[in-house]
Amino acid sequence: MQFEFNSSEPIYRQVAEQIEDAIASGGFEEGAQIPSTTEISKEFHINPATVLKGMNIAVSKQLIEKRRGLGMFVKQGARQRIVEAKRDGFFDAFIVNLVREARNLNISEEELLDLVKRGYSQ
Amino acid sequence: MSMLEVSHVSKSYGSKSVIADVNLAFEENKIYGLLGRNGAGKSTLLNIITDRIFPSSGEVKIDSENVADNDSKLGLMYLMSEVDLYPNGAKLSQIVKDSELIYGGFNHKLADKMIAEFKIDMGQKFGKLSTGYNSIFKLILALCLPVKFVILDEPVLGLDANHRELFYTELLDSYADNPRTFILSTHLIEEVANIISDVIILDQGRIILNQPVEDVLAKTHSVVGQKNEVEEYTKGLNVVGHDDMGNIRANYVYGDLDDRRLPDTVQLSNFDLQKLFVFLTNQYEGSKRHEN
Repeated sequence: MQFEFNSSEPIYRQVAEQIEDAIASGGFEEGAQIPSTTEISKEFHINPATVLKGMNIAVSKQLIEKRRGLGMFVKQGARQRIVEAKRDGFFDAFIVNLVREARNLNISEEELLDLVKRGYSQ
Repeated sequence: MSMLEVSHVSKSYGSKSVIADVNLAFEENKIYGLLGRNGAGKSTLLNIITDRIFPSSGEVKIDSENVADNDSKLGLMYLMSEVDLYPNGAKLSQIVKDSELIYGGFNHKLADKMIAEFKIDMGQKFGKLSTGYNSIFKLILALCLPVKFVILDEPVLGLDANHRELFYTELLDSYADNPRTFILSTHLIEEVANIISDVIILDQGRIILNQPVEDVLAKTHSVVGQKNEVEEYTKGLNVVGHDDMGNIRANYVYGDLDDRRLPDTVQLSNFDLQKLFVFLTNQYEGSKRHEN
């Protein structure tokens, strides 16, 4: 897990995102145990209540689950759920900005589609 | 549920007011950050809380009982302070023994671990310690004594970067093992910003902010763009500071934004606790800058 924090977003949300990214990238495998609240708190000097709040977001998204007395584990199907959620948000997160920037640079729709094709062919 | 309450505490020396009508409640198992500029009154306040100096008026209570001359309540707090109360000729191991008797316990396992990690020689005399090791020794006492309120005044004074990292790790480890209330008074805001759950800002003896960090940060907004657009967007909002770079202006707002439309060319983000602290405790200079 690679935490890099910035100051413009609440830390608990960054904790949730980092867990999500680690699952998406395969760093945390499905069924595997992830570091405990205390471990993350100590390692990155974050209040444990903040870490827990981030963990709870990941729990509510069905990405990780608590096994009593054992710790937190990545749920089966978590990776697929993340991919689906990211696909749902793809248009707003990327396409809207892409088209806006293209318009700023006077890149036509046709030229943009050519660039996308070039990207795929690489 | 143990609660430490400061009600209507004031302190003056002659006609000089140092603490002015401070009201605070420290709840169980939270980590508080007490921030203030030099001379804001932080150490005075902490010394009043632990009954080392008397307030001119007001009182400090634990579970509704006044702490003044109340040994059972005072034994629930430990203040690690810059003022050194220990005799210079005493060996560190002897101070540990004495403190264990006074407070009725000591976590030797944690102490041994910290002694090894910080490489401190317990056979030394207290008066011979360097500034850094003086801090380290008092931190070991603070974390190992069985108190409910651990009050740390400038805990990392004189500690190098490695030892500061180590201390924050030990603090959080010890907090996870045995949750209790911490009050951290410090100048190094960035280092503790993610560790504390609540922030208290003391300015010229008054409390000017006392809230959960998360709520505070949600109310910070930096508004950046063309000067006239930024001024238009932030008109009527609580602008606490600004930066200029040519025609680009950054206005820093603390408080809620209203629902006016944000122009595409203006960027909105949050800013951090340290920046907010500087703006809030720098109001005179800030407003003067505004007029220019």
